[in-house]
Amino acid sequence: MKVLVAVKRVIDANVKVRVKADGTGVETTNVKMSMNPFDEIGIEEAIRLKEAGKATEVIALSAGVQQCQETLRTALAMGADRGILIQTDAELQPLAVAKLFKAVVEKEQPQLVILGKQAIDDDCNQTGQMLSTLLGWAQGTFASKLEPNGDSLTVTREVDGGLETVALKMPAVITTDLRLNEPRYASLPNIMKAKKKPIETLTPDELGVDVSPRLKTLKVVEPPPRKSGVRVSSVAELVDKLRNEAKVI
Amino acid sequence: MAIDFSPTDEQRMLVETVRQFVEKEIFPYEAEVDRAGDVPEALGKQIRDRAMAQGLYAANMPESVGGGGLDAVSMTLFDRELGKATWGLAGYVGRPSEILMACAGDQIDRYLTPCVRGERKDCFALSEPDAGSDAMAITTRAERRGGDWVLNGTKHFISGVGTPDFAIVFAVTGVEESGGKGGGRPRKRITAFLVDRDTPGFEMRRGPRCVSYRTYNNYELSFTDCRIGADQVLGEEGAGFDLANRWLSGTRILVAATCCGKAERALTMATEWAATRKQFGQTIGRFQGTSFKLADMATELRAADLLTLNAAWKYDHGTMTSGDAAMAKLFASEMLGRVTDNALQIFGGMGLMEELPVERFWRDARIERIWEGTSEIQRHIISRELLRPLES
Ligand SMILES: Cc1cc2nc3c(=O)[nH]c(=O)nc-3n(C[C@H](O)[C@H](O)[C@H](O)COP(=O)(O)OP(=O)(O)OC[C@H]3O[C@@H](n4cnc5c(N)ncnc54)[C@H](O)[C@@H]3O)c2cc1C
Repeated sequence: MKVLVAVKRVIDANVKVRVKADGTGVETTNVKMSMNPFDEIGIEEAIRLKEAGKATEVIALSAGVQQCQETLRTALAMGADRGILIQTDAELQPLAVAKLFKAVVEKEQPQLVILGKQAIDDDCNQTGQMLSTLLGWAQGTFASKLEPNGDSLTVTREVDGGLETVALKMPAVITTDLRLNEPRYASLPNIMKAKKKPIETLTPDELGVDVSPRLKTLKVVEPPPRKSGVRVSSVAELVDKLRNEAKVI
Repeated sequence: MAIDFSPTDEQRMLVETVRQFVEKEIFPYEAEVDRAGDVPEALGKQIRDRAMAQGLYAANMPESVGGGGLDAVSMTLFDRELGKATWGLAGYVGRPSEILMACAGDQIDRYLTPCVRGERKDCFALSEPDAGSDAMAITTRAERRGGDWVLNGTKHFISGVGTPDFAIVFAVTGVEESGGKGGGRPRKRITAFLVDRDTPGFEMRRGPRCVSYRTYNNYELSFTDCRIGADQVLGEEGAGFDLANRWLSGTRILVAATCCGKAERALTMATEWAATRKQFGQTIGRFQGTSFKLADMATELRAADLLTLNAAWKYDHGTMTSGDAAMAKLFASEMLGRVTDNALQIFGGMGLMEELPVERFWRDARIERIWEGTSEIQRHIISRELLRPLES
């Protein structure tokens, strides 16, 4: 089974994000970039499938600027076999990414595509679902457990009420949730091996995909600063404040 | 000359891996071992085993002997991250003396390979009670007896992670016929020996407690008619000092790199504190007395980083002089002293409390200006390089 895993280059989770002065987006110059944490989980899962003898090849796939090569290189150092970069400087929205990925899926014919449930930069939570719809494949989103058996797949999903288990027919699209696994970090020998693994570069034009944005960003603003809390001296005072000031009980 | 300071993909990932390793496997235990003054054996073993699994063990040794094969620049980036952690624990991520590359014949299987594999641990025994900065003053001697050597003397302040299995011991084996340069004292012939801990006549005792790196042991070694075979000579007889010097330049870059890592850790904490601690109705970072300290700390750290990387780059290109390594070691260790002192000042009273690691950073920083050659000795090396060509 061939597994395709999407990896997005995003602002590192530990960076305190700042909105650009002109309100067009967030500051990305001189900011540390990393692999989207949900995608790390995706790569980890695919590598585990390979280690368990269930996957034959793990391909990491990214779309975006040339520096996404770094993200792919990290995936290769974790253990993916090869990388594909769809290189473009254009702004990419979820639908465009889903279309690009669909074109790659048609080319590569994987049985399983794993994506993060969302990217921590725009938090869209759309690409996986859109891709599965465009392909007409089954989807198992928010996966916290994955068990392939033959040509079907049992997926445990994290839903609001608890856990839901679904059986999917392969090929399928999976999106990862936080508890699926704990991703490894690359070992020194694997970092060195990654150097020799191939990364293929494609363009949206070559794939025949129009990536022009369908959504317009009007303005990006900082969330309102959190007001500092108050200390109450008794339960009675707390109840009083909740009832009469906050009006929540 | 083109100047490119960007790390390669491999170096970037290496830094990330070491950073994660240190944060997961070492930081959580630092405070507790420092308080206890000792590292439990199981913890040391755990760190060693996990470092092995990540391929971080013996990263400094060539690939041909099973090491990580990193060049000096990569190793500097590696040490800068690893150095953020206390030596008492970081030491378990093994870093055998590169001097062991001089092993020959069956020394390779007995000393070099087991050190790379984490099965044995070495220590580097040069300093003596009467020979610190003046290493040439060592009096530990080895005399030929039949085909063997007999060692007598005392070494002290010898660092060891856990308990070392053998020592690389420097001893006097004679005096040069030609005497010293310029009519100085006669030049001693110094030879390096590999001495197993269980050799009769060799005793190894824990040294006094040290205020810096409380859990990084130092040992006193004594040799009383300690008989070792001729096959225990490391390298050539009489070439011990050249071996030691070659290795010492490398370890000066190591010290400089770890100082930069440690300074970054202290600076990050101090910056966060300055941005949140409020007095007189505003964050203390708003007071120039605090913010300018931060500016100086960051600037000096950058300078130390560049000096260190430059020395490492020259090392890789075979153009590094002793002065290059000395400058990096001198500046980075003194920078760390100022940065940790300022960090503590920014934390105020909290900085002195054992609840936070700041007091530990400050204590630990103190040794960096002493070991691997004191600041004065580094200045001596640098100034000699300046003056020697002009002196007749
Ligand atoms: C915890 C610890 C671990 C160590 N680990 C090891 C180890 O593993 N192996 C090892 O071999 N050694 C080790 N050392 C020894 C270390 O390298 C020496 O302490 C160091 O070289 C200084 O020597 P000293 O302590 O004898 O000081 P001294 O040489 O007595 O120096 C005292 C003072 O005199 C100054 N001074 C001396 N000569 C000059 C001069 N010519 N010009 C100007 N000033 C001068 C010094 O700078 C210093 O300020 C360790 C030391 C410590 C504290």
